[in-house]
Amino acid sequence: MTENSNIIRTEDLARYYRMGPSVIRAVDGVSLEIARGEFVALLGSSGSGKSTLLNLLAGLDRPTRGRIQVAGRDLSTLSREELAAYRRHQVGMVFQAFNLVPRMTLEENVELPLRFAEVERSERTQRVQQALARVGLLHRLGHRPSELSGGEQQRAALARALVNRPSILLADEPTGNLDSRTGEEILNLIAEWNRTLGMTVVLVTHERPLAERYAQRILQMADGKLVTNGRAQ
Amino acid sequence: MKAPDLLELALRNLREARLRNALTTLGIAVGVASLVAMLSLGVGLQELVGQRLDRSGLFDSIVVYPRRDGRGFERADARADGESESLRLLTPEIRRQMESLPNVAEVFPEVRFSTQVRWQDTTRFTSVAGLPFSARSNEAFDDMLGHFFSSPEAEEAILELDFAQELTPQPESLVGQTVVLRYAERQPLGTDGNADQWGFTVQRREKMLRVVGIVRQQPFGGWRNFARGELFIPTALAERLNTLQFSTVREAVRAETAGETYGSLIVRVSNPARVREVQQAIRQMGLATYSILDATQSLRRFFIIVDLFLGIFGSLALAVASLGIVNTLVMAILERRREIGIMKALGASDGDVKRLFFAEAGVMGLLGGLVGVLLAAGIGAAINFGTGYYLQRQELPPESVSSLPFWLGSSAIVFSILVSLVAGIYPAARAARLDPVEALRYE
Repeated sequence: MTENSNIIRTEDLARYYRMGPSVIRAVDGVSLEIARGEFVALLGSSGSGKSTLLNLLAGLDRPTRGRIQVAGRDLSTLSREELAAYRRHQVGMVFQAFNLVPRMTLEENVELPLRFAEVERSERTQRVQQALARVGLLHRLGHRPSELSGGEQQRAALARALVNRPSILLADEPTGNLDSRTGEEILNLIAEWNRTLGMTVVLVTHERPLAERYAQRILQMADGKLVTNGRAQ
Repeated sequence: MKAPDLLELALRNLREARLRNALTTLGIAVGVASLVAMLSLGVGLQELVGQRLDRSGLFDSIVVYPRRDGRGFERADARADGESESLRLLTPEIRRQMESLPNVAEVFPEVRFSTQVRWQDTTRFTSVAGLPFSARSNEAFDDMLGHFFSSPEAEEAILELDFAQELTPQPESLVGQTVVLRYAERQPLGTDGNADQWGFTVQRREKMLRVVGIVRQQPFGGWRNFARGELFIPTALAERLNTLQFSTVREAVRAETAGETYGSLIVRVSNPARVREVQQAIRQMGLATYSILDATQSLRRFFIIVDLFLGIFGSLALAVASLGIVNTLVMAILERRREIGIMKALGASDGDVKRLFFAEAGVMGLLGGLVGVLLAAGIGAAINFGTGYYLQRQELPPESVSSLPFWLGSSAIVFSILVSLVAGIYPAARAARLDPVEALRYE
């Protein structure tokens, strides 16, 4: 029954880094469940391990220990190639630093995941335009990221995360580089997609007010461990 | 990622760091150019010598003797497998059989005899040789005065320059003049099939011949013609004259002789590569043969070694250029670290990243190869122009010493791509291994 309602499930998940002689326990025994269509905030101060947890969920990193199941598949058993396919089809990501490719236009940036997914060229143009229209940047198609404001860049990054129609959106401090009003705009967009598209959202942030305002549930992390696992007020 | 997308992204990336990539590509181009220019020189020299040899008639000819002929070059061979066999004579019937063998262009006897030639009131004793009509492409006729025989049986003569000078101090004035050839014609006696009765009578005859040309060098009508002829007539005409030759007397006393035979025949093969086969077929007819095939083989080996050395020296520049590719791509990885991380986060597989870097290396190889071959063509043209100019000043005909055939150009481009791909192996593997978390961590 959990297999059906929970899209993400981890069990005693851990990721340790070796740094010289010492071992950093970035994620240390996290067990959590996230339901399909849920909007969850991962709250914690910097260095609490929330970004590492997000990277593990994204299949960009591999756990040192424990199990991590997404949509019924155990990510720790997948090959590098299978993980890439998982990222391509299941996951959309946005970052604090936007991470648009600076020498590509918005259109090319948004098209990039479609190239990796080997979507037909004719369909690509259409999907890129749809995605950019959704974030209100259709008129900026041919611009390079440096010609856009921070908010616009993050909206473009959202369009890029959306274009492959993923079931999970992983957002790593998406408002960290934006002023509060622009940040809200971005989170409003994410919340809207969560509602209308049924997209599961995991939002990493260190700002409790934002988490409380948008997330259905807050997972607070400290020193690589979950400290609370409860409903947002 | 699909191939067209890969190529598109690769081209896009190459356009970005334009100067650096252009310089790297130019490095490859120079490498390819040096390799191709060296090999062009090797190929050109080989062609030059090869043409000379092919046109010399040395290498497409087989000389055929009767078996157990004392003059034959294959005595050991003959002894080994045909001691008790009776002598196979070169009869007209055998000649027709050889003519019908595959790859045989023509079969003609070697006709040579000594006789008297008269022009106006000068008379000289000289040796006359038959020249097959096919000898017209022989290089000896490239710089002749006048022209070659007008037809295979024309009653015409070509004189050797020294001999012409014996007839007149102005040899060029001889062209178009008529000389009189006095010769001994043999006529077979009727034998009624009795071999012991066979023989012939000899009668003095004269033939008017128009001089059509004068040659400076000794033309070559078949390899045994090393003995100098001074006056040449078409072989077919020489045969028709039915003259008494050096070998005729010997033929006459042979017990086996009963009718017309040849002392030796020259078989010209249509393609020098088929000489061995034809030689084999003629030996199976029970005849002895000789060709200078072995001499070409050692010559070919020599050219392979020359090409090898030229190739090794030419490749050095390309090897250096390939290090340039490694350098450029490794730099690109450092620069595009974050971008590689982004691509991986967006779902690019290790293979996609690897292929992208390979594609960039391959495109640089392709462009470098194309430009390099063009450069090499320019260098070759310059070399040919230079040697042509030099030869002209020495009053020699121009030769092209550098040759860039299509196969050389196209395989150089393929080679350039391959070398570039090999140079791309390390950078591509390194880019593919890049940890996306690391790559995305820092600004």
